[in-house]
Amino acid sequence: MTGLERFQDAFLKPELIARYWPDILSGIAVTLEIAVAVVITGLALGLALAVIRSYRSRLANAPIIVFVDMFRALPPLVAILIVYFGLPNLGINISGFAVLWLVLSLVLAAFAEEIFWSGIVSVRKGQWEAARSTGLTHWQTMTSVILPQAIRICVPPLTNRTIAVTKNTALGTVIGVGEIMNQGTSAMSLSGNATPLMMAAVAYVVIFVPVVALGSWIERRFAWKRA
Amino acid sequence: MSALLDVRGLRKSFGTTEILRGIDFSVAARELVFIIGPSGSGKSTMLRCCNRLEEPTAGQVVVDGVDLMAPGTDINAMRRQIGMVFQAFNLYPHMTALGNVTLALRKVLGKSREEAEAIGLAALDRVGLKEKAPSYPSELSGGQQQRVAIARALALEPKIMLFDEPTSALDPELVGAVLGVMRDLKAAGMTMVVVSHEMRFARDAADRIVFMADGEILEQGTPAEIFGDPQHPRTRDFVGELSR
Amino acid sequence: MEIFLFQFLNFDIMRQAWPIIFGGAQMTLLLCLAVIPLGLAGGLVVATGSISHSRALRLVTKAYVDFFRAVPPLVLLIVIYSGLPFAGIRMTPFTAVCIAFLLNASSFYGEIFRAGIESVGKGQWEAARSTGLTWVQTYRHVVLPQASRNVLPDLVSNTVEVIKLTSIASVVSFTELLYAADMARSVTYNTSPIVLAAFLYLIVLWPIVRLVSRLEHRLGH
Ligand SMILES: Nc1ncnc2c1ncn2[C@@H]1O[C@H](COP(=O)(O)OP(=O)(O)OP(=O)(O)O)[C@@H](O)[C@H]1O
Ligand SMILES: [Mg+2]
Repeated sequence: MTGLERFQDAFLKPELIARYWPDILSGIAVTLEIAVAVVITGLALGLALAVIRSYRSRLANAPIIVFVDMFRALPPLVAILIVYFGLPNLGINISGFAVLWLVLSLVLAAFAEEIFWSGIVSVRKGQWEAARSTGLTHWQTMTSVILPQAIRICVPPLTNRTIAVTKNTALGTVIGVGEIMNQGTSAMSLSGNATPLMMAAVAYVVIFVPVVALGSWIERRFAWKRA
Repeated sequence: MSALLDVRGLRKSFGTTEILRGIDFSVAARELVFIIGPSGSGKSTMLRCCNRLEEPTAGQVVVDGVDLMAPGTDINAMRRQIGMVFQAFNLYPHMTALGNVTLALRKVLGKSREEAEAIGLAALDRVGLKEKAPSYPSELSGGQQQRVAIARALALEPKIMLFDEPTSALDPELVGAVLGVMRDLKAAGMTMVVVSHEMRFARDAADRIVFMADGEILEQGTPAEIFGDPQHPRTRDFVGELSR
Repeated sequence: MEIFLFQFLNFDIMRQAWPIIFGGAQMTLLLCLAVIPLGLAGGLVVATGSISHSRALRLVTKAYVDFFRAVPPLVLLIVIYSGLPFAGIRMTPFTAVCIAFLLNASSFYGEIFRAGIESVGKGQWEAARSTGLTWVQTYRHVVLPQASRNVLPDLVSNTVEVIKLTSIASVVSFTELLYAADMARSVTYNTSPIVLAAFLYLIVLWPIVRLVSRLEHRLGH
C-alpha cells in the first residue's frame, strides 16, 4: 500500500463514508437546530436585559450586571456540566439538548446584553432629550429613536459573538447530545477508523467557514460605513 | 391675564452645588421672553426644568394651569405642549426630515401615518422646508436642520416653545433663516422663551429680557430698559461687554 | 433549598475534593502559561503575514485565519488527539492541547493584531523610515507598540476566552481544573466540586471581565 492509500484507508474510507453519512447528517440537523434556538433566545434575552437596564433601576441592574459578568467569565463547559449533572440530583430531569440550549442561550444573552448596552449608551444624550421633549415615553424613545441607531453599531460585535457561541454547540458531545461531533466520535469508536471523525470535522468546516467569512465581511462593511 | 408658564421658587442642585437658587418667573400668553446671562449661570438648566428634562430639586413649574411636579400629571402629555429646540438640533439621524417631524404625532398623539404626514408637511412648510421632507439630516445644512427641529416641535401644536441657544451652533450666514422662522412664530402668536446671544434679535423681537447670573434672576425688563438703562451692576457689565 | 445547598454548595465535599481540585488548578495555570504565549506569538506571525506585501502570503494567512476561526476548538482538539494516531502520530494530551490552541488562538490574536497594525497611520511608518530605521525596526519599535495599545481591550478579552477555553482540555483527559472537578463529582455523586471549580474560574476571570468592560467603554467613545 502506498502512503496515500494508507492515509485514505485511515481517514477517507469510501465504504465508511457511505455507511455513516446519514448519522453525520442527523448530527448536522441537531447542531443547526440548537444553533438557531440559541441565537433566537440568546439575542432576545440579551436585548430585553439591555432595555431593562436602560431604566436604570438599581434593583434590576445589580442582578443583570452580576448575571452578565458571571456568564462572560465562566467557561461554558463548566456551566454545562453543573446544570447537566446538578439538576437531576435535584429531581429535575432535563435532556442534554435542553441543557445545551439553556446554557448557551444564557452565555449569548450575557455577551449580547453587554454589546446592546454599549450601543445604547453610545447614542448621544441629545437624542433622548429631543424625543422625550416631544412627549415620547421611555419605551417609545427606546424603540423608535435609540435602538435603531444603537443596533447599527452593535451588528459587527454581535455577529462575531453569535458565531463564537454557536460554535460551542460542539460542547454538546460531552453530555451526549447527538450533534455532529458526537455522531462522528461514536462512529469512530464503532468502526475503529478516523473516517467518521474527518466527516464531522469537514461538516463543521462546511457550515462555519462561510459563516465566519460572512462575519468578517459584515465587520469590514460596517467599519467602512462608520469612517 | 394669567401666566401660561409660571415658575415659583425653582431650585436645582447637581450633587452639592446649587445651580439654580430660587427662580421666580412667569411668561404670559403670546409673550416672547429672552433670557441672557453669562456662561454657566444656569440658563439651560432653568429652561430644561420647565419640561422636566432636568428634575428640579425644589419649586413649582406650572404650564397652562397644570403643575408639572404634581404626582398625577402625565408628563408626556404635557411635554408635547411644551416645544423644545436644542442648540445641537438633535435630529434623529436615521429618519428623514418628515420622519423626524411625524414620529411624535404618530406615537404620542396616535395619528395615522397619512394624517401625521399631512400635519408634518404643513409644519415643514411653515419653516420653508417642505421640499426637504424626504432628506436625511446629514443631507441638510445646519440652519435647515435647526428649522426641521423647530418644525418637529411645532407640529405638535405646543402652547409654548423653549429655545436653548438655537443659533449658537450655526455658521453666521445660516443664522438669519432660523431667526426669521422665530420671528414668524412670534407674529403668529406663539409664546416663546429664548436663551440666546443674538442681541439684535432680542432688541427687535423680545417683549421682555431676563438677566440671570449665578443661578438667580438679577433683573428683568423691556429691551429698552435692559439695554438702555440697566440697573444692576452685573447687568451693566454684561450688557456693556456685549455692546463693545 | 436544603437539598440545593447539599448538592451544589456542600462544603464537606468541597473540602474533601480540594486537594484534587487545587492540583487541577495548578495544571490549568501551567496550561495557560503555555498556550497564551504560544497564541500571542503565533498571532504576531499571522498578523505580520496578513500585512505582507506578497499577495500570496496574504491569501495564505487569510485562509489560515478563516479556517481556524471557523473550526470549533473542541473539534480541532479531538481531531488532533484522537484522529492523528490513525496516521501514526501519537502525542500526550498536553501536546495535543498546545497544538490545538496554537492553531486556534493564533488566528484570533492574529486578527486582533492586524486590526491594531492597520489602526496605526501610514505617517508613523513614513516618519520612522525617513529617520533611517529599517522595516523591521519600524515594525518592532514604532508600529507594534502603538498597535498593541490600540487593541489592548480586545487582546485582554481574547485572553479571557483562551483561559476559559482551556477547560476543553478535560475532554482529552488532561487533568486540569475541570477534569479534576469532574472526577471528584463522579466519585462523590455531588455537583459541589464543579461549583468549586466554577468559583475558581470566577475569582480569576471576573475582575478581568470587569476591567475589559471599563477599557472598552473608555476607549470606545
Ligand atoms: N448634568 C450636570 N451635572 C453637573 N453639573 C451640571 C450639569 N448640567 C449643568 N451643570 C452645571 O450647572 C451650571 C449651569 O449650567 P447651564 O448649562 O445651565 O449654564 P448656561 O447658563 O446654560 O451656560 P451656557 O451659556 O454656557 O450654555 C454649570 O456650572 C454646569 O457646569
Ligand atoms: Mg446653556
